[in-house]
Order: sequence, then C-alpha cells, then structure tokens
Amino acid sequence: MRRFQLWLGIALVALVVAAAVISLFWTPFDPLRVVPEKRLLPPGWPHLLGTDGFGIDILSQLLVGARMCLLVGIISVSLATVVGVPLGMLAGQAGGWVSEVVMRISDVVYAFPALLLAILLAAGFGASTVTAMVAIGVATIPAFARVARAGTLQVMASDFVLAARSSGTNRWGIAGRHVLPNIAPLAGVQASVAFAMAILAEAALSYLGLGTPRPTPTWGTMLRDAQDFFFTAPLQAVWPGLAIALAVLGFNLLGDGLRDHLDPRLREGVQ
Amino acid sequence: MSGELLRAENLTRVYADGRRRVNALQDVSLTVAPGQRLGIVGESGSGKSTLIRLLAGLDRPTTGQVWFDGTEVTGRPERELGFLRAAVQLVFQDPWSSLNPRMRVADIITEPLRSKLVRRQLPADVDHRARLAEVMAEVDLPPEFADRYPHEFSGGQRQRIAIARALAPRPDVLIADEPVSALDVSVRAQVMNLLNDLVASRGLTLIVVSHDLMVVRHLCDTIAVMQSGRIVEHGSAEQVYDDPRTGYTKTLLAAIPRFAGG
Repeated sequence: MRRFQLWLGIALVALVVAAAVISLFWTPFDPLRVVPEKRLLPPGWPHLLGTDGFGIDILSQLLVGARMCLLVGIISVSLATVVGVPLGMLAGQAGGWVSEVVMRISDVVYAFPALLLAILLAAGFGASTVTAMVAIGVATIPAFARVARAGTLQVMASDFVLAARSSGTNRWGIAGRHVLPNIAPLAGVQASVAFAMAILAEAALSYLGLGTPRPTPTWGTMLRDAQDFFFTAPLQAVWPGLAIALAVLGFNLLGDGLRDHLDPRLREGVQ
Repeated sequence: MSGELLRAENLTRVYADGRRRVNALQDVSLTVAPGQRLGIVGESGSGKSTLIRLLAGLDRPTTGQVWFDGTEVTGRPERELGFLRAAVQLVFQDPWSSLNPRMRVADIITEPLRSKLVRRQLPADVDHRARLAEVMAEVDLPPEFADRYPHEFSGGQRQRIAIARALAPRPDVLIADEPVSALDVSVRAQVMNLLNDLVASRGLTLIVVSHDLMVVRHLCDTIAVMQSGRIVEHGSAEQVYDDPRTGYTKTLLAAIPRFAGG
C-alpha cells in the first residue's frame, strides 16, 4: 500500500513534468491566440477539453500552465532550501543564543501570512512571477530551518560526531561531512511537501491576480477566468482545478512515500 | 614525560538543566602513567563517561584542571588542542552510532588524518592510503572493506573499524568507553584480545570504562571504582579484586558470576 502511494506520487509528478516538457515544443493550439468565434466550445474535436471565454484551447493552456507551476515550485523551494537548511544547521550546531535568535526570527516569518507578504511585494514591485516566487520561497524558509535544526541536533548527539571532534575535525568539517549528508534525506522529503504547497500558493496568488500576469496562462488565472462562466460552462473550472489537485496530490504522495521509505522504523530489514 | 601522561586535578562537573543541577563529577583527581592500563568501573550515572570526556578535552570541567604530558588542556581554545587530538583517541560503546552511516570505511578511518589540527602534529607527508591499509591490517579487516559503508558490517566488524580509526593518527592514549558491551558475547573476546594485543604491541596507554568488572579485569592493570561522581577506590587490579576496601566495590565484585576456578 505504501509502495503504491509512492508510485502514484511519482506517476502524477511525472505527468506534470511531461506536460511541461511537451508544452516547450508543441501545444495543440496557440495558448495565447484569441479566437472570438470559437468561444466556450464544449470538449470535443479538435479542442479536446473545449475552449475558454476567449476562444483559447484549454488543453494547450493546461500544458503551458504546468510549466509555470513547476517553474514557481522549483525556484521557490530552492530558495527556501538554500536559505533554510544552512540556518537550521547553524541553529543546531551553535546552540545557545544563536539558536534562539534564528528560531525566533523563523517563528516570526512563519507567523506572517504568505498571502500578506505576496500582496506587499506585489504592491512594491508589481505583480509578477518573480514576486510570487519570492513570497512563496520566503514563507517556506522556516519549515526548512526547523527540519534542518531538528535533524542537526540528532546528528550532533551521535557518537560519530564526538569521534570527529576528538580527531580535531572543526565545525565546518562536521557540518559538511557529518551533518549535511545525514539531514539531506529529511530536507528532500520536506522539499517535496513544500513543492505541493508552493503549487497551491502559486495558483492562489494567480487567482487573486498577484502572480503571473496575463496573457501567460497559469492554472490559477484559468480558474479565475472560468469563474465568470461558472453557471453556463462549469467544466471550465473543473480542468484547471483538477490539474492543481492532481499536482498537489502527486507531490504530497511523493513526499510521504519518501519519508516512509527513509524512516528506518517503517522500512523492513536494514537497521 | 616521567611517571605521568594524563593528570586530572579536583575535577568537578555540574550539569545545569533549568532548575535541576546534577553533580556528575565531584572533586576527582587521577593520574595515568605512560603504558598504564586503567579501568574505570561503576554503574551507569556514576560519572565515568563524564570523566573520560573531560580527559579527552571534549567537555570542560566546572572546576579543576586536566594536564596532558605536562601541558594544561583545560582553558585552552580548540585550535590549541592539536597535541591532544592527535594523541588521545576514543572508541565508543555503540558501533552503530559511532560510525557515520553516509561515509565509506576508508573515509571514516582516515578522518583523523584529515583534520588540520592533527595534521600539524604528524609527519609532513602521511600517505593516507598507506596508513589506511596499515591500520586495517592491524585490526584484521580485509582491504576490500575500505570502499563499503558501515551498514554492511556486523557489530564486531564495526567496532574494528572504530578501533582502526582511533589508531590512524598513532595516538599515545586510547580511551575505550564500554568497548564490548554492545557486542554479542561471541565477539567480545575477539575485540578484547585485539585491544590487548594492540596495547601490548605499540605500548599504548589504555583507559577502559566499563560497568563490567570482567572486562576491566581482562584489559587493565589498574582500577578506579566510581560511585556518584567520586572515585571511591583506586589501586592495582590485584589489590582491588583480592582485597576491596569499600563496601561498594565488594558489591560490584559480588555481582560477577563465578566460574569454577575463577
């Protein structure tokens, strides 16, 4: 069963990646071209999922939207990892007041609503993909810092770190050789879960007009456009909604599956 | 270097944890001569592990001093402890926790050679590969183990890896914290014999911490008995075994299962 979840997660993530890659080379129709005479077509041929209120092919937009969703996920999660993991390691290795300062700042950021941060950034720099990525990334830093700190504390308490210290290995050596390799799997699991949250956040921001501006199609803006035709063409909202749900589900299942796979208590055999 | 290699004077260590204060060590003084094989016995919580951490310079005493080979260890910053880091090496109880699961055996064993602090104490051009092969041979590990990871080995093999790592920088003192108590009974004798042979062949000074008097009897010539943070009895192995002076030592001795002729 756990195996199945992991594989379903991998399959869904692979589907999103495939959609994004395909959209780089080919889409059934031009995802930007407005065709007034083809407005609101139901699913059929040649528009497999129909067209939206501007007469743009929905499948083509979904494919291009996968690209944006992955781009925002990768950049924001990378930002959060690159900043959060070293901060957590610093807190875990230094302890004392350094740890207090880092973790309290992290608590403050954690308590600050990501949406508010996005609105602030959008107000200051204009709504764009970049402001959305920065807002999501910054809001995700504390989660990585916490996971990294918890893992670091565990590693620092082990005898192999004591042995390394008794061999004169300095704190950089301990961080690089002992702590980082041992917390990397934890950070990987966290990254997968954070990716799911980032996709959802990006959709929410685009839906509110705080993310990627038109005409670039994203799943969030598609959802917003569909809202105008909710009673006449409800399927309009179903497609991007389904895409968001499946992508979020995929990354969550992947994260859960990886965690179970890496947790020695849940893994049979070794250790 | 005369008659003393390690000296501890009036060591006290207090662990403060919020409201609770634990006196892990109370006014402990001790000297260890070069080539001596000292056993520290006592039940868990008696301060044995705290004492060896202080002797190895891995923790700082609340009061008191530690000297190594005439140089004071206490109060020195880490960067000035190179002499100690090269000369004092540790072997731990649990060979599952004492080896980094994500490092290859070769990297684990040569780690002491790679630290800047230790390198300054060693001859300029120690060939890591050659030294690795040497120490692996000394602890009877086949050379092909070098590229594997710790989880592929049994407890006894892992403890040999840990001993090889400790030997790599050619230390003067080997401190072993319960070196065999996590091992299968069948492997204990092998590891104890290995330690005995190594100590004899390279004139190492050995400090063994154990709750098991049998282990200490097999490995040591001097015994210190600890109880609630103090050394309550200290003397040669024969004297402590044959003529224990304190009731506590008698109790510890009485806990050893007796064998015919033993």
